[in-house]
Amino acid sequence: MNSNLKREIIIENNSHPFHKETKGEEYIKINTRNESCIDNINLFLKIENNLIVDLYFDGEACAISTSVTSIMIKTLIGKTLDEALVISEEFEKMINEQEYNKNILGELNVYDEIYKQPNRKNCAILPFKGLKQIIKKSD
Amino acid sequence: MNRNDFPMLNKDLIYFDNAATTFKPQIVIDRINKYYINQSVNINRSDYDLSQELSTEIEKIRTQVKNFIHAEDSKEIIFTSGGTHSLNMVVFGFCASYLKPGDEVLTTETEHASLVLPFFELAETNQIKVNYIDLDKNNEVVLENVKKAITPKTKVIALAHITNVIGDVRPLQEIIEYAHLHNILVIIDGAQSISHLKVDVKQLDVDFYAFSGHKMMGPTGIGILYGKYNLLEQMKPLILGGGVSATFQKEGQYLLKNIPEKFEAGTQNLSGILGLGSAIEYLEKNRDEVYLQKLKKYALSKMKEISQIKIYNEYSKGPIIIFNVNNVFSQDTAIYLSKKKIAIRSGNHCAKLLNNLGLNNTCRLSLYFYNTKEEIDSLIKALNNENILEESL
Ligand SMILES: Cc1ncc(COP(=O)(O)O)c(C=O)c1O
Repeated sequence: MNSNLKREIIIENNSHPFHKETKGEEYIKINTRNESCIDNINLFLKIENNLIVDLYFDGEACAISTSVTSIMIKTLIGKTLDEALVISEEFEKMINEQEYNKNILGELNVYDEIYKQPNRKNCAILPFKGLKQIIKKSD
Repeated sequence: MNRNDFPMLNKDLIYFDNAATTFKPQIVIDRINKYYINQSVNINRSDYDLSQELSTEIEKIRTQVKNFIHAEDSKEIIFTSGGTHSLNMVVFGFCASYLKPGDEVLTTETEHASLVLPFFELAETNQIKVNYIDLDKNNEVVLENVKKAITPKTKVIALAHITNVIGDVRPLQEIIEYAHLHNILVIIDGAQSISHLKVDVKQLDVDFYAFSGHKMMGPTGIGILYGKYNLLEQMKPLILGGGVSATFQKEGQYLLKNIPEKFEAGTQNLSGILGLGSAIEYLEKNRDEVYLQKLKKYALSKMKEISQIKIYNEYSKGPIIIFNVNNVFSQDTAIYLSKKKIAIRSGNHCAKLLNNLGLNNTCRLSLYFYNTKEEIDSLIKALNNENILEESL
């Protein structure tokens, strides 16, 4: 994938994020604020039989955090919690320039050059940190 | 201000984050080095010449600070590790015993965490109440609103002299005068003002005034707490150790020394104090507020010509401009500017109560005496770009 296309996908997911909507009590909720000074994202998760049946977010964040959250949600709906955790791990490896499994990351591969911008790494990982927290909370 | 005095200005970077910290002139760096190369001993404990001379020099700087802020007595000057430390000393060392359950502290929603959080903690432990002064339409403090917020239970007003986000200069003279008529003490966070205003604590009649060295070209890790003599006498030290006690016995009794020694437990940041002395000397000789105000006006007028920029604090008097680029998150703008080698700050700038004012995420341009018109022009050129978001990625 060339850089322009990657950038377009990121911009599109930033300006028109997927499943950006505040949800109520029927969802498990966490906030990512304690991980970052600026980005402030809430995740809303619904699980049935270990399956992520629904995932939404709201809040304010930079273009990278916002778009990662959007694509993360698209990728994870319908996955089991274990699958979600594996994807999260592979994504973090990619961001941290370690060996990773490209095949399971799908559209998330558009972030495979973020490591070139160290000040963006945390923004990219933040939504997945939130995901891990919310999965823990669902236990 | 001579840019050649600042080694950091040789870098390929336009630095507009001066509210976070300022660059240091060579004389400050040299003074710190001189301590480590030629004077690296401790003070007050030894009889040899080098130690005696250094003790004298440190006390001279206490006097220099006293003169710098026009205090009455150099005993009213306490060396701390920074503004945050100074404010914590006042809140936990003084207010904790001065304020009784039900008493009220007045502050605003534009204060820094270093001022607000200690009071929040005190509100929990001592059952005091933190109340807020309404801000005017420009998010600034006016005396009328201070008067309205005062109740018979108000015992302390705690404010920044200049805030670190809005950059507004508070009308302290009239606030303090009014407060004292009602037996209310006033604690001032001078972190942002100390470089820019000629602070006269005696004329202001302020009760406590706190600031950091590093925001006025001094080293990090050194700050000052000024307090009125009689209030400092009532204040308790937060930490105890070498240098604070006159006597102690194994039964556990001890007698604290007088002020300021009782507040300066342990070995002090000696190189920091020496560097601060040089910073004050440099600042007093070289600060040019007229130049800085002109520069800010220039930046404002140029930024206002760019239609995609929204400015939030047009009317404030401090050297700070907060803004956003339409449809671009503040952090994305800051990262874009960083790619252009321009340093600004984005976010809420440690003043998280600003969320209530709809100002939680902004870009902050904070100017200092060494910034130039050419640097502003580079910023304007960078901001005059419709693809800021794309280019931030
Ligand atoms: C208004 C204000 N108060 C307090 C502080 C705290 O100063 P320091 O971090 O030097 O202790 C700052 C620094 O950011 C500030 O801007």
